[in-house]
Amino acid sequence: MSGILNSSIGRKFAMALSALFLMVFLLQHFTINLLSVLDGDTFNDVSHFMGTFWVIQYLLQPVLIFGVIFHFVMGFVLEIKNNKARQISYAKNNGGANSTWMSRNMIWSGLAILGFMALHFYDFWFPEINIKFIEGDMSGLIDPNNADSGYRYLEHLQHKFVDGWRVALYVISFVFLALHLLHGFNSAFQSVGANNKYTKGLKGFSKVYAIGVPLGFIFIALFHYFNH
Amino acid sequence: MNLTLKIWRQANANDKGKMVDYQISDVSPDMSFLEMLDILNNELIEKGDEPVAFDHDCREGICGSCSLYINGEAHGPDRGITTCQLHMRMFKDGDTIFIEPFRAKAFPVIKDLVVDRSAFDRIQHAGGFISVNTSGNTIDANAIPINKEDADEAFSAATCIGCGACVASCKNSSAMLFVGAKVSQFALLPQGKIEATDRVLNMVKQMDDEGFGNCTNTGACEVECPKGISLENIARMNREYLAASLKG
Repeated sequence: MSGILNSSIGRKFAMALSALFLMVFLLQHFTINLLSVLDGDTFNDVSHFMGTFWVIQYLLQPVLIFGVIFHFVMGFVLEIKNNKARQISYAKNNGGANSTWMSRNMIWSGLAILGFMALHFYDFWFPEINIKFIEGDMSGLIDPNNADSGYRYLEHLQHKFVDGWRVALYVISFVFLALHLLHGFNSAFQSVGANNKYTKGLKGFSKVYAIGVPLGFIFIALFHYFNH
Repeated sequence: MNLTLKIWRQANANDKGKMVDYQISDVSPDMSFLEMLDILNNELIEKGDEPVAFDHDCREGICGSCSLYINGEAHGPDRGITTCQLHMRMFKDGDTIFIEPFRAKAFPVIKDLVVDRSAFDRIQHAGGFISVNTSGNTIDANAIPINKEDADEAFSAATCIGCGACVASCKNSSAMLFVGAKVSQFALLPQGKIEATDRVLNMVKQMDDEGFGNCTNTGACEVECPKGISLENIARMNREYLAASLKG
């Protein structure tokens, strides 16, 4: 077991595990966001629960942050190592003849997602951390001194999707997310060894997930932009 | 057909190397690609120039010697073939054809289009074998019952000719399709199970030590493989490796 992360297959496995974990998180994130379209009150209740329940805040959130950082760092490490494995490039390379654009450009779609995450953290995560842990307001209310003011989560979300440029950036980012997932989802299963006669349905499911989830996020962003 | 050839010329392993243009005329569409290079070399020799060095042996698609990265693809634009099986009918009159050696840090160029693929031999030496007692107690392989599906998959993996097209095609110069095939052909059979743990650990270690890249599952290797070796072999190797790591 020692040194498994120093082997090519060990690194692939670790990359795949972090990817699978992030894809589970993404589905959970999407499900909660969808509530903002279907039922604002439930969205507020679930958001407050997610933002204040200690198991999520102090146990799962650090694991998630570690998973995100690990996935990005390992992605860059693998890219650097792989570039070193071919020191002279081909004068003519027809990559499109044997592989998809998505599979050859995971680093670029990944960088686009990294850029999006910076914006997303600036929009939502940092303000949440500031309100809860710096200002010390764990009430989740629009006016912490007025219990009837209601939860702030939906209002905060709607407020962020007023600007057209921000909605456009979110939509473009979700397109890159779809491109990343179109290769990444199935690739993660291949890396953990799940490619045999019993897993033929995975490819179809991975396409549904890779297109469906980002498309859903785009729908939510546009819904709030046009309904504000 | 009249063609323009852009060929990688490199005098030796230490030379920097460069692409050189050649014109070739009256090429028959029925020629094989290597026959076309033979004719070019005859012309170069007649002119007193150095002929283009390239690997070849059986010229019937089974030895894995011929390599060449042709117009951006290992073994050229056709599928399921080696370069010796590629015919000039795949090209059109007036075409410009790029001919380069297989590129990978682990496959250094020896001269022109000839690369050193002995890294594959060293990976095989690390574990691509079974140990059999030959002191008189050997069990006849045909007397051991083997599931037909396993036998077919093992045979399919064993058709890998070690040409290196997988490495050349992979954007990361990964050798995992080759190693996956070599691990699989034994892992699927009872004779190979005894040394399975050491085999996969040692072969993967040797693969990494040789400087091949990490597989990112683009699938280019499977598409360009002249023998149609499946990505399922890489998945099987991954399972074998993870199980062996937990044991070891």
